[in-house]
Amino acid sequence: MSTVEERVKKIVCEQLGVKESEVQNSSSFVEDLGADSLDTVELVMALEEEFETEIPDEEAEKLASVQDAIDYIVAHT
Amino acid sequence: MAKRRVVITGFGMLSPLGNDVTSSWQGIIAGRSGIGPIERFDATGYNTRIGGAIRDLNMEPYLSAKDARKLDAFIHYGLIAAHQAIEHSHLDQFDGLDPERVGVAIGSGIGGLEYIEKNVLILAESGPRKVSPFFVPASVINMISGNVAIRFGYQGPNIAITTACTTGTHNIGYAARTIMYGDADVMLAGGSEMATTRTGIAAFAAARALSTRNDEPEKASRPWDRDRDGFVLSDGAGVVVLEELEHARARGATIYAEVAGFGMSDDAHHITSPPEAGEGAQRSMKNALRDAGIEPGEVSYINAHGTSTLVGDLAEVAAVKAVFGTSVYSLAMSSTKSMTGHLLGAAGAVEAIFSVLAIKEGLLPPTINLDNPDHGCDLDLVPHEARKADVRCALSNSFGFGGTNGTLIFKRFED
Repeated sequence: MSTVEERVKKIVCEQLGVKESEVQNSSSFVEDLGADSLDTVELVMALEEEFETEIPDEEAEKLASVQDAIDYIVAHT
Repeated sequence: MAKRRVVITGFGMLSPLGNDVTSSWQGIIAGRSGIGPIERFDATGYNTRIGGAIRDLNMEPYLSAKDARKLDAFIHYGLIAAHQAIEHSHLDQFDGLDPERVGVAIGSGIGGLEYIEKNVLILAESGPRKVSPFFVPASVINMISGNVAIRFGYQGPNIAITTACTTGTHNIGYAARTIMYGDADVMLAGGSEMATTRTGIAAFAAARALSTRNDEPEKASRPWDRDRDGFVLSDGAGVVVLEELEHARARGATIYAEVAGFGMSDDAHHITSPPEAGEGAQRSMKNALRDAGIEPGEVSYINAHGTSTLVGDLAEVAAVKAVFGTSVYSLAMSSTKSMTGHLLGAAGAVEAIFSVLAIKEGLLPPTINLDNPDHGCDLDLVPHEARKADVRCALSNSFGFGGTNGTLIFKRFED
């Protein structure tokens, strides 16, 4: 069974079209991984699906980095 | 003010006959059909199970998988055809290009139908929060023009005319006028379509517009033949580079033909059917001849709209006879849709390119499957096989739902 961290990183790679080696926990979706505002909306949708959860818009806006996403998922699922 | 002269300096194409202009033209000259069974979705239960598809397309040189996912297929096709046209014209290697003087006019008849279908199903099954944030920019019609501008930095006029099956013709005609009027020096113009989807085929079939010759797909598109039973829906894109003559000369561009005339009209008659004598088509051709300042007798080749429908084919023949009078029997007219099928919003663009190639190569594209010409279809319709001919002036017709008509006239480039 993969860890939350591995699953989050896999989705980030798929959604943003980046290589696994480029994705660090500290990576910012916009600044480091080249996402635009629409990419981040879609990324959050993919995370919701993977972890069978619903991330409210006001929470989703705060998820700026890979670590933010991991922390949110660990705390809410 | 004298009109500035506009020439064609490049083109790109994806068609059921091939994924570039060269292979598509080879298919045309060989009289090959690009029609086959529909493979994009399971067409079991459909009255029509055939179409003209883009096959074996490698998008990687033009679009990453990540970018492709955010765009409907009609945008993939249009963007790739635009890339090809730019490369063909060597515009990308011209350091003196002023991006503020370069514009884009690439439309589509229908737009991102497949993306729309997918998101409507997601909405119905999973609710509004699951609809893609890319839904709108992936499916609206002006997003080929928008993406070409973003990718190449072209900051001039940017537009996407949508007039059903006349889309490609209208975009090229409009773009040429944009240059003639002085608003741009270079325009990328054409159309793109990918409507052979579940709803696209169902809808055109419901309108009884499509051929149901499922057992012989290669024989399904048969303009003017008495056994025709509707058109064949196809996918693809065509884009031309239009350039102001002195601009083209100054950079040493290869000139393929001159845009001599453009005409438009509407039938003002019925949403899908033309009047019997094709009066609207007549006005469109007359307007183009007037714009070109030429006599009907100077046209030696017509690339017909010729979709293989019962009413449309006969109305176009009647219209051509009315416009060309006695000279109608000394010109040749063919329908390349007999091979490509009907590319809707891309049709006028790919047919403009075939018309230019007829001039450039001295070859008349054939009308395949024309075994028994229908009553009154007694023109030289270039049956079955391509033929050599000296073509100085070629005319290309497009007629669309809503009764909208467009005609382009191309002329061999002479100083």
